Amino acid sequence: MNTRPDPACISDYGDLLGTYKTVPGISDELMDSSGAVRPVWQSFLRELAQLPEEALELSLSRGNQYLRDAGVFFRHYGPGDDTEREWPLSHVPLLIDEDEWAEIAAGLVERADLLEQVMADVYGPNRLVAEGRLPPSLLAANPEWLRPMAGVPPRGGHYLHFIAFDIGRGPDGQWWVLGDRTQAPSGAGFALETRMAISRSFPGMMTRSNVERLAGFFRTFRDTLLNMRPDDSSRVAILSPGPMNDTYFEHAYIARYLGFMLVQGQDMAVRDGELMVRTVAGLRPVSVLWRRLDSIWSDPLELEEMSRLGTPGLLSALRAGSFTMINALGSGVLEMRALMAFMPGIAEHFNGRPLQLPNIATWWCGGARARDYVKANAERMTIDDALSTRLPFDHGDQVVIGGRTTDGGLVAPEWIDAKAEKLAAQEIVSLSTAPALVNGRLEPRPMSLRVFLARTPDGWQVMPGGFARIGHSGSSTDISMQRGGSVCDVWVVAKEPVKNETLLEQPDKPFHRSTLGVLPSRAADNLFWLGRYVERAEEKMRLLRAYHLRLAETDLADLPLSAFLATHLEGLGLSPAEPLPAGLISDISAALASAGQIRDRFSTDGWNALADLLQTVQSMAPRLKPGDDTARAMGVLLRKISGFTGLVHENMYRFIGWRFLTIGRAIERTWATSGFLAGFTHPDAPEGALDLAIEAGDSIMTHRRRYAVSTSRNTVIDLLLLDAMNPRSVLYQLQAIKEHLGFLPVADDHGAAVPPLLRNVMTLETELAVSSPEEVTPERLNGIAAETAQFSALLSRSYLG
Amino acid sequence: MIYDITLRITYSYDSMADADHQILRMIPADLPGEQRVILSNLSIEPQPCERLGRQDFFGNGCVDIAFSDPVSETVFVMKSRVERQEPNNFLDESPDLAGLADELDSFQSVAGLSPHNFRFNSPRIERDTEIGDWARGLIKEGQSVLAIADAVCMAIHSEMTFDPEATTVDTPVLKSFKGRRGVCQDYTHIAISALRDLGIPAGYVSGFLRTIPPEGQPRLEGADAMHAWVMAWCGSSMGWVEFDPTNAMRAGLDHVVIARGRDYFDVAPVKGALRTAGSQTTTQAVDMIAG
Repeated sequence: MNTRPDPACISDYGDLLGTYKTVPGISDELMDSSGAVRPVWQSFLRELAQLPEEALELSLSRGNQYLRDAGVFFRHYGPGDDTEREWPLSHVPLLIDEDEWAEIAAGLVERADLLEQVMADVYGPNRLVAEGRLPPSLLAANPEWLRPMAGVPPRGGHYLHFIAFDIGRGPDGQWWVLGDRTQAPSGAGFALETRMAISRSFPGMMTRSNVERLAGFFRTFRDTLLNMRPDDSSRVAILSPGPMNDTYFEHAYIARYLGFMLVQGQDMAVRDGELMVRTVAGLRPVSVLWRRLDSIWSDPLELEEMSRLGTPGLLSALRAGSFTMINALGSGVLEMRALMAFMPGIAEHFNGRPLQLPNIATWWCGGARARDYVKANAERMTIDDALSTRLPFDHGDQVVIGGRTTDGGLVAPEWIDAKAEKLAAQEIVSLSTAPALVNGRLEPRPMSLRVFLARTPDGWQVMPGGFARIGHSGSSTDISMQRGGSVCDVWVVAKEPVKNETLLEQPDKPFHRSTLGVLPSRAADNLFWLGRYVERAEEKMRLLRAYHLRLAETDLADLPLSAFLATHLEGLGLSPAEPLPAGLISDISAALASAGQIRDRFSTDGWNALADLLQTVQSMAPRLKPGDDTARAMGVLLRKISGFTGLVHENMYRFIGWRFLTIGRAIERTWATSGFLAGFTHPDAPEGALDLAIEAGDSIMTHRRRYAVSTSRNTVIDLLLLDAMNPRSVLYQLQAIKEHLGFLPVADDHGAAVPPLLRNVMTLETELAVSSPEEVTPERLNGIAAETAQFSALLSRSYLG
Repeated sequence: MIYDITLRITYSYDSMADADHQILRMIPADLPGEQRVILSNLSIEPQPCERLGRQDFFGNGCVDIAFSDPVSETVFVMKSRVERQEPNNFLDESPDLAGLADELDSFQSVAGLSPHNFRFNSPRIERDTEIGDWARGLIKEGQSVLAIADAVCMAIHSEMTFDPEATTVDTPVLKSFKGRRGVCQDYTHIAISALRDLGIPAGYVSGFLRTIPPEGQPRLEGADAMHAWVMAWCGSSMGWVEFDPTNAMRAGLDHVVIARGRDYFDVAPVKGALRTAGSQTTTQAVDMIAG
């Protein structure tokens, strides 16, 4: 007999669904209540089930590898544990049918419009309070209701531009809004990276499943922000709290992806009511600021006084209407849990109909009737801080769940009466489950979904996808990433194949080329120091190798040359007793820290190369032995570090930023080279010091080829100081600095016709160009070393102030 | 009563300091029915490159300024002639605490001086039960809000010792309360904290107080300082009533108001005073002459 296979039947999917058991009373994304596989999942699951075990493993690791290569991580906060973690990817996407998605999207757009109206009211006429639709204390007690923003209309007329909603599906199959993310929602960039990773894992399946693309959403929003500028001379910037923030990676990623400038509060200043960014060319206007910083930190003058993340005077620029803030300051007030108790009434008031997509049932305990209801029904509610901006399953310290306090006792009604307006209660909703892959089989896990909305000239657009949080156990309190939950891609599945589009391929559209010369001074400073630290580390490695080679040859540390070199190393802050001195490790750490400040301008490969270098050094440090072992280790490190510099110099676009990095390297090299030349060619230096100089200057081969004679003071000075063809010479580097300085914008707030650094570089260059080796006295070499030591400060004065 | 008031505030810095933006609240307020500003003038040295007058959320006048270059000293001199009227709030029409809570429930506004803005934690005053418990020990069942506010301010006056050395402008309210020492700012913050914990909206008033020299001694010019006192919301009928816990009195003819806010944060005479690596010295002199 021959029965047609039933695609809804779980036995059709082999082991994959062999242990998939839904939880009674909880809806499941994959299976309907009769235990049949929902249609939207069938073709994807069948393909997944047919993958042999090894092929599946390979698919999953391709996705993981992508995230590692892209450097996607988030910062995890814990007691004594503040580390970067890998992005916790759950490989099985959540599939949603396009018709169902359209309903969700319509409901969320309606809610976004409502929230805009609420925002306009609470920072405007306050009719909702006057008419009794919103209790005054919810604003007055709320630290996110920013009094200085009352009565300040947003430029362009809209308060909200980029928001997110957390939604979940209840037991009856209905979607509920769990949280409004109106402050500065994170995750859109992570959603994109999650999508990229999954498309590596399941490329063909993704195409065959007709999955809606995300790039169009980002492109439209980018163009919208660009068009908010009054003209091309001002710019869009993304305001980040900096690398210590848990989602800094995403800020840098979005900035890089959209081509916007990434700034921190200290990068900006307010002049005559205009918001400006400090660039290497002076102050330049910013007309659109997409903040990833919570409002209260943005201006220490009028908001949180202790903030070091803000820009003094920022509020005065908002009052002057000189820029658009995405989203308006103070939008965090809409995130409070208690507002959900009033949204149904507000919807009726503004729209004349109930919410299309309801929010989770909420009661504010400030009202006597609601409070009595909560007391009578506490067993099916969570009771928590009314002003909490956390999701329903992310609890505060004093939460009451199902009528029980954190110590397990029944909640006292008097406690609810006493706390009253400080409390909000929410119905406990069992979130639906979605499949997660565990040891080759699918298991149902609680799930909530984050959806992003961006305002465009045509109204709100909804990102067709987003990401879902998947609990790491069956309990919905474990959904949060900070509690070990993971994240999966969301596929909105169309009935027809969808057009492939990315942000990058738009041949028929005019493309946007970023203006050169708008490098923020802080970024320039970090690039400059990155160049210096890397060069410095390389120099130290070379000297350490020379030292340990000699130890290996003679096994004696007290030979005159070894002792001489040891003194020189100590002068550089390196302890010769340590094979891998702390002074070297700290240079590499400092280079990585500088690179970390500018991840938006820095290739992932470059970052990985540097991170790998630090990791290698740290793992080598405890087990190296002096002599040959260390000399060889330095060889390994030198190869690794030249891998990094090669990447930078071969692949990095010659933006202004690259110039700063290269100038940093050149300045460091002129300084270091003139420094060791002064020492190693000194008449008092021991025998062998001249060869050491050639070695430290990495010019052994060149020397052999250029000079038929043995090493002399004249040949060393000729090669490492005066040779305009040797990239290791001081003259060569001076010429390089001069050339790069010519590409830098003229800093407009300093009067000098020729920047002091250029003047000094040219003076020294001219002197060296006409000198012969014998004319350069030991005293003059010391003088040159002292002059080059000033270059850094001169550069800072002109460009980095 | 007409006063001629001069306020002079000087900031001196060891090293040149980046001045950037500051907000000034030092000009007496024009308050119909309470006080009238006949003329006022604020001069600033060095000349700021930006200067803009406006009203803040609470309706206080303030001046936004910015300096383009680093400064080593800034001098603010405010001169004003003000007519002050006797407040008319000595007939107690205030409810008891329960009545006040009901009135607040039906008070549907969060505009500047709405009492709701003065009920909760504010930047310098976190709700504190120790001060609240102390205040609860002072009051009697059924007492009127006005009487409670009087009692709290009298108790602060009698328990505290005026001591300019004990606290600074940044001393937390609980610390000055525990030490029972401080200046008018501390007295006022303690009063606000106590009243809020009892359920009475309370705020901070900055201004000037005419001081009468001890008998037989001449009045010293510029010997006075700026002053602070507390305002308490005594129900819809009486509205805000001002008490001076430092001097155990209601604010009256001798008090001239500059600004009102939730605590010192909202009304500081100079906000955004410069941050500098070196140390800074501030001097403040007030001269208040009855005309």
